[in-house]
Amino acid sequence: MRIVDRRVDPPGRGTVNRERFIRRFKGEIKRAADEEFSKRSITDVGRGGRVTIPGRGLAEPHLTHDNQTGNRDFVVPGNREFLPGDQLPRPESGGDGDGEGNEAGEGEGRDTFAFVLSREEFLALFFDDLELPNLERTRFGEVTMERTRRAGYTRDGPPGSLLPAMTMRMSIARRIALRGSIDEHVEALEQEREKAGADRRAQIDEEIARLRLRRESLPLLEDVDRRFRSRIATPAPAARAVMLCLMDVSGSMDERKKDLAKRFFVLLYLFLERKYGGVDVVFIRHTEQAEEVDEERFFNDPQTGGTLVLPALQLADHVIETRFAGPDWNVYVAQASDGDCTSEDGRQSTAYVQQVLLPKVRYFAYVDIPSSSGWFNRPSDLWQSYDVIEDPGFARRSVRGRGDIWPVFRELFSRKATV
Amino acid sequence: MTDAPEEPAERQRPWPKLLARPSVPMPRSGMPRRSEPIARGSEWTIGTLEKFDSALSQHAQRLGLDTYPTQYELITADQMLDLCSTVGMPVHYAHWGFGKQLLAQERGYRKGLSGLAYEIVINTDPSLAYLMETNTLALQVLVMAHAGYGHNAFFKSNYLFRQFTQPDAILDYLKFARGFVMECEERYGWPEVEKVLDSCHALSSYGVDRYRRPSRLSPRRERERLRERLRFAEQHYRPEFAHLEKPAPRTEENAAAFEPQENLLYFIEKQAPKLAAWQRELVRIVRKVAQYFYPQRLTKVANEGAATFWHYTLLHELYDAGEVDDGFMMEWLSNHSDVVAQPAFDSRAFHGINPYSLGFAIFRDIRRICEQPTDEDRQWFPQLAGTPWNESIFFAMANFKDDSLIEQYLSPKVMRDMRLFLLHDGEDDRRHYNVEAIHNESGYLKLRQALAAQYRLEYHTPTIVVARPSDETERALLLQHRVEHGRLLETETTDAVLKFVKELWKFDVVLEEIDSEGNRLKIHRT
Repeated sequence: MRIVDRRVDPPGRGTVNRERFIRRFKGEIKRAADEEFSKRSITDVGRGGRVTIPGRGLAEPHLTHDNQTGNRDFVVPGNREFLPGDQLPRPESGGDGDGEGNEAGEGEGRDTFAFVLSREEFLALFFDDLELPNLERTRFGEVTMERTRRAGYTRDGPPGSLLPAMTMRMSIARRIALRGSIDEHVEALEQEREKAGADRRAQIDEEIARLRLRRESLPLLEDVDRRFRSRIATPAPAARAVMLCLMDVSGSMDERKKDLAKRFFVLLYLFLERKYGGVDVVFIRHTEQAEEVDEERFFNDPQTGGTLVLPALQLADHVIETRFAGPDWNVYVAQASDGDCTSEDGRQSTAYVQQVLLPKVRYFAYVDIPSSSGWFNRPSDLWQSYDVIEDPGFARRSVRGRGDIWPVFRELFSRKATV
Repeated sequence: MTDAPEEPAERQRPWPKLLARPSVPMPRSGMPRRSEPIARGSEWTIGTLEKFDSALSQHAQRLGLDTYPTQYELITADQMLDLCSTVGMPVHYAHWGFGKQLLAQERGYRKGLSGLAYEIVINTDPSLAYLMETNTLALQVLVMAHAGYGHNAFFKSNYLFRQFTQPDAILDYLKFARGFVMECEERYGWPEVEKVLDSCHALSSYGVDRYRRPSRLSPRRERERLRERLRFAEQHYRPEFAHLEKPAPRTEENAAAFEPQENLLYFIEKQAPKLAAWQRELVRIVRKVAQYFYPQRLTKVANEGAATFWHYTLLHELYDAGEVDDGFMMEWLSNHSDVVAQPAFDSRAFHGINPYSLGFAIFRDIRRICEQPTDEDRQWFPQLAGTPWNESIFFAMANFKDDSLIEQYLSPKVMRDMRLFLLHDGEDDRRHYNVEAIHNESGYLKLRQALAAQYRLEYHTPTIVVARPSDETERALLLQHRVEHGRLLETETTDAVLKFVKELWKFDVVLEEIDSEGNRLKIHRT
């Protein structure tokens, strides 16, 4: 008899088979995940979750008898009242009185199949065919490169990276420390010996002799002395990129619009986080003045005021100039607004985007969230102002409801032939 | 209706007899104890499990139980989910179907709809049994007794397992299979591999030699054979003559001499006209795995019954020896009674006869008949009454599969306890079931025969044979369904399965349904 502890084994086959399942029904699962997305609250957008796909094609058929044909005898338990010759009504679908057991009874309906996807799987499906446009220099791989670098010492490691000098130093230190404590002990015993009686004295002598022997025979090397070079893996981004998220939070952005804008940015953020781990993200929100905030406040902190677009653009430029300037950086800007602005501000902003920002950035995406009760879907002020911009690095879409967000996001970031 | 004495014997009401007391006495609480309990409480360590195993093995040896050595593996709940999804095997080739199982089970488990399997045991040598870390001490010991001793002894003694499986070779073979499938996916693309595997899975019930002992599994030999096959094909391939190559002309006698074959996958592997070598190999893998599981399909009741009987017996031995305390007993007995619960036919929880329940009842009744036979038992089981019970149990474990076990050992008492009754679903009346027999004097024999028949393979898995390999002109594959009692095939699934067959055969497939007189009742075509 043997007991083997397998709990520490890496997870294995389950994942392989899961992947295969998802790969096979990718189309269906994706459709279901997209639907699921528009139903979610903003905090749940990035979570994994329950997905239901149609059961067609999932069945693994086997030959079975048709219970509507032929004669069949079967034994069942639990007779309470029947005598031979009695009759009992036959269930409609020829169902479960036949003792064959119901093999499909594992959370699986006839027509649909429901299961739970992990966050990773969910996002992988979501962002499968999207990427940042016009990314120059070495393109991002799915994973950023990993480089190892030295990081001090560890107590454990492969023999090859053992540091003998360091190890010996630790050994000396250990022996000095242990000898010291033994010496102290011996000293205390010697003092006690002065005052002790004869038989106690013999005992103490023996003890001292034992300690001296131990002092002499301290091992040269112990496991705790060993020191190894420590190397840790650090992600090294293959190309550097930054995304500036500009959101209008002025008074005209009501809850509905803010929700839409935030959804868009949550999606963008998740996308960048997942596909381009090394991408910097800068969050800028603006009323009549602009400020840079952290992720937490960007998504959760309510604030209202008037609207001026230009300061936000200027702040964006300032951030680019101070932190992300130079040819090393791929700069992206995503702006979301309801497009309410004065004509003066609109004109200035347009000029600013055209002349200052666009030359510096790879891609400028504008998401317009017009009022639902507007003038017969009249384009917003900012949208109209932006009409004059014609640049391959500029794109704009308008979002009217939750359902639009995902398609718009997809259009803005779908995989294109890179320039 | 009144209980008039002039009722015919057949319609006598047997109910009062059910109120008899349980015949196997419960252990008395005041019994003298030889030792202190090995452990108390529900916490366990590997050390306590080892102690319990040695105690179990002493009792098992004393009773004469013969087992393979057991290796217990401690696993987490997630690992248990993984295992369940691949029919319990720790190694298996990758397939989306297993992923589907996993997702479905995981969802059920996380939502609390279904618990996890308590035990999985694998017929290997040494036998592998899994202990889940979330189980309590009592449950771990229950699983050890059930899987490590009960199932294990059954695997070692039962004639089907001895004949059909090689417990020492299966894991190595599956490793080979996993590697081969992966290699094919890399070389030919996963959609192609999945197509073949899906088709084979649909036919896996027909990939079995039912009567012939299969050749030994050996991954090394498999690899060599494969290499040889590929080498031969490469060496002997001459593109300039390829179009001239014709199959040997099939003469009239040849066709007439063809004997119907029951192993569809074997036939496809050897005869399918257009399969590539690697595709034949995949067919072979599915076939070999199906062959390994064939005895398990035939011995659900016998296997689970024996295992349940032995955990029940061994844990009571532990209790009698004082090695476990009362709390331990109460805990596992509660699990035990969940496992052997048999909902009545009209209950919502009813999913057919519970093999644990039926098997346990049969084996426990064998012991009762040996130890305390009644007059009825002496009449029904003269060969059992008064013999040493463990010998009789071993004989029953070794020499029967489900249908023969029931036919031989289902006693009137078990039928009464389970209140079995026989229903008839006939062509003449599709709106009612007729009650044919119940648990009374005139019904016992009928019930027993009907229940045994219900566990024959043909009852669930329609009998399909290859009737004619290929028509000279159309190369069609002709399959026949041997219809019994007029039970035809379900049209929708049959069409789906035939599509899969066609995927392998590449030409038309025809399935005739033929009754015992040779009349053709129905034809399915692809």
